[in-house]
Amino acid sequence: MREVVLFFLIVVAGTAGELCVSRAMKSIGEVHDFRPKSILSFVLQSLRLPWMWLGIALMSLGFFSLLAILSFQEVSFVVPVSALSYAAGAFGAKAFLGERINRNRWIGIAVVCIGVTIVWWSRK
Amino acid sequence: MTHTRRLQLKTLPLILVSIILGPLGNVFLGKAMKGVGPVTSGRFLDLVPIASQVLASGYIWLGVGCLLGFFIVHMLLLTWADYSYVQPATSLSYLSISILSYLLLGEAISPLRWLGVTVICLGVFLVGRTSPSSTGAPNRA
Repeated sequence: MREVVLFFLIVVAGTAGELCVSRAMKSIGEVHDFRPKSILSFVLQSLRLPWMWLGIALMSLGFFSLLAILSFQEVSFVVPVSALSYAAGAFGAKAFLGERINRNRWIGIAVVCIGVTIVWWSRK
Repeated sequence: MTHTRRLQLKTLPLILVSIILGPLGNVFLGKAMKGVGPVTSGRFLDLVPIASQVLASGYIWLGVGCLLGFFIVHMLLLTWADYSYVQPATSLSYLSISILSYLLLGEAISPLRWLGVTVICLGVFLVGRTSPSSTGAPNRA
């Protein structure tokens, strides 16, 4: 049960954090200028957005959950199972960012989920 | 030397570095956390001494350093190589994490787990073969 809660936080909080950061980035617009001064101003601009801070908080929660589960589970089990974030990312991007997920991407995500299920069966 | 050949010469070594650096970071995080012992409590007061133990571990900083390095290499790659080229190639990191966990942490990986990891690699590869942008950009997949 403890593992399920931690994996939920790694996958859902981590992915939700990335979606929030993505939303913040999209509201600033595409970066064309890669000079250090422009990048710094871009970073400062992003730090003024609440979505960015929410994203950072959620991604931190996901990272600390990863550390917690690594304290008692094998790395070769935890990292492959956290590939479920591909599925969470697709659902989240569709619902939250309005992205269209094409059929081939859904097939890839379904294959990832099958792989994760097999790895889950190998749990010790 | 053609432009494509030059691009391949700098892209392939960096993809190899990213396939090793990211998983290596996770392996170091795993080693650090195993040193701390099982984190069983979710109470804030119990987590404070654990956090100070984690921060004092050299492996955690090695892990964070590797993950930062991975992030920088990945960003660098994406400045000249297509996302749809880089992402499928990095799906191999799920295989390299298994190999590194076996070699550096001595984790016994069952045939079932190898099978699952291979299927995940295939799935991530398929996801990467689709267009990186689905909201207006032309489909390159």
